[in-house]
Amino acid sequence: MTLETDLLGVTLKNPVIMASGTFGFGEEYAGLIDVSRLGGICSKGLTLRPRAGNDGVRMSETAAGMLNSVGMQNPGVPHFIERELPAMKALGPAVIANLGGGDIEEYVEGARLLDGSGADILELNISCPNVKDGGMAFGIKTQVAREVVRAVRRAYSGPMLVKLSPGAENLTEMAKACEAEGADGLSLINTLVGMAIDVETRRSLFRNRVAGLSGPAIKPVALRMVWDACRAVSIPVVGLGGIAAWRDAAEFLIAGAAAIQVGTATFSRPDTALSIIDGLGEYMSRHGFERISDIRAC
Amino acid sequence: MLSEVLAVRSNEMLLPDIGRLTVEAAAPARPGQFYMLRPEHGAMLLGRAISLCDRQGEILTFLYKIVGKGTAELSRLREGDPLRLTGPLGNGFPLEDISGKIALIGGGVGVAPMVYTARALRERGNTADAFLGYPDSPYLHETMKTLCDKVTVATESGVCGAKGYVTDIFDPEKYAAVLCCGPLAMMRAVAEKCKAAGTPVWLSLENRMACGVGACLVCTCKGKSGGNLRVCADGPVFRGEEISLDA
Ligand SMILES: Cc1cc2nc3c(=O)[nH]c(=O)nc-3n(C[C@H](O)[C@H](O)[C@H](O)COP(=O)(O)OP(=O)(O)OC[C@H]3O[C@@H](n4cnc5c(N)ncnc54)[C@H](O)[C@@H]3O)c2cc1C
Ligand SMILES: Cc1cc2nc3c(=O)[nH]c(=O)nc-3n(C[C@H](O)[C@H](O)[C@H](O)COP(=O)(O)O)c2cc1C
Ligand code: FES
Repeated sequence: MTLETDLLGVTLKNPVIMASGTFGFGEEYAGLIDVSRLGGICSKGLTLRPRAGNDGVRMSETAAGMLNSVGMQNPGVPHFIERELPAMKALGPAVIANLGGGDIEEYVEGARLLDGSGADILELNISCPNVKDGGMAFGIKTQVAREVVRAVRRAYSGPMLVKLSPGAENLTEMAKACEAEGADGLSLINTLVGMAIDVETRRSLFRNRVAGLSGPAIKPVALRMVWDACRAVSIPVVGLGGIAAWRDAAEFLIAGAAAIQVGTATFSRPDTALSIIDGLGEYMSRHGFERISDIRAC
Repeated sequence: MLSEVLAVRSNEMLLPDIGRLTVEAAAPARPGQFYMLRPEHGAMLLGRAISLCDRQGEILTFLYKIVGKGTAELSRLREGDPLRLTGPLGNGFPLEDISGKIALIGGGVGVAPMVYTARALRERGNTADAFLGYPDSPYLHETMKTLCDKVTVATESGVCGAKGYVTDIFDPEKYAAVLCCGPLAMMRAVAEKCKAAGTPVWLSLENRMACGVGACLVCTCKGKSGGNLRVCADGPVFRGEEISLDA
């Protein structure tokens, strides 16, 4: 029995990956958990140039979830390649560089710099607002997403995941378009767009008005979308959204995911991912599964 | 740093909205550091940041004010209930960098971290005066009297000590360094007074937190030089001139 998993030609110790934006650059958690046991770590979302992120309140807890309005605060791709990436690689797990952008040129230039930089996988985050299109995210309309994926594919030669937004107008059409444009795999879902209002000021709690919903509350939605995506494409799908225990992870793997990511649940219990790794191992021995892909049903 | 589920040792209300909770944990911590507290079987998704109020032997004390669902849940914990503690987190007060007569200023539940700070200062052979401000009934001021040279209390309602703000009484000229934790308005006033007097001041900030370890960037505040600082990992204690306290 082995938890070792191949993802886009990269060997992961196990199929458990830390989701972008929830695990910093890995080192932040190194004092709390044995980070080397993880299958992979997605970096905080990067953009070509450094960004300060959003002003005002950035977080609010909801029923079984949380809203975040961090924006894309990050040190920029060149700084990442020089400073954070070498430290991330030294931790052991596969390194997945998560890339965002405000327009196609910024995505392409970021991808070009990351090409050959030493990250194992690129995860293209198409949930970013498109500054040239009134701020509507790239991941809503299939045609817009198609253009970003096509352009980045030309700029990046290594393995590439495209991370889909649950706000996509037509998720299976979107998944197929990404596959057709050269994505080697998909990851989903990013946060759902939500909102909170301060009843005393009678204004949105967030300066940016909307915020991203994550955590256990979104798991059923994420699972349904992963199920659909797995049936729409033949490239590997990485499932995430609300995974907080090994049973959640097993559900995504049964639905067809090749690997899973853990995000918000790490905030509740820093060792969530490690207990998922242990729990999946026990589950596999109990059912006599030899490898992770045996968990998939249908 | 640890993240462990421990049994609550005691939990009692000092006032209708102020509770005191203790647990036993061996790991050392510095004054001004905090922990994320999360009842293991509660309805809260995230832990809540609570300062280390005191530490005697291996008994850690936390003081909390009920302001919402999370702190209300803390108040319902009973002896033996499982509570996840993640920490100690943050930088804490730089006691090794300061000497001479020190002023500790606490506002409301911001008095909490001053207890262990006063105890640690006393153990270092340093002396401190405390200035404690409360909206109404005070708490921990009796403990502070056993740990400080002089304790000045002010309450907005006038039920105890001077009526009004303790920051109006405090004179930074008399001190070599000032450590402050309290509401934003109090910290602004203290920072301004200290700046005018040329007295170095350290402020302990609060913000909403998710990870507590510097990974998620939801807790940032503005640095004077422009960039964002993470309250959980770069702070919660900052030099007055490092940060911008504008709303
Ligand atoms: C480093 C640090 C140390 C702290 N130490 C203590 C302490 O020793 N004792 C204590 O009682 N409190 C302390 N706090 C504040 C405490 O974390 C919040 O009061 C608590 O998280 C509120 O949770 P809630 O669910 O009860 O309230 P919520 O329902 O979440 O919110 C109620 C109100 O509190 C505000 N709020 C929410 N989260 C925070 C937050 N993290 N910080 C400040 N305001 C917030 C909201 O804006 C809202 O107005 C500390 C905060 C930090 C960052
Ligand atoms: C605080 C925070 C910051 C995030 N930042 C990013 C990001 O920079 N890039 C990205 O692709 N996803 C980001 N996400 C989304 C997560 O990677 C993940 O897709 C989402 O939270 C759903 O998974 P979860 O429910 O397990 O957290 C962020 C999520 C949170 C909570
Ligand atoms: S709470 Fe996550 S970075 Fe501070």
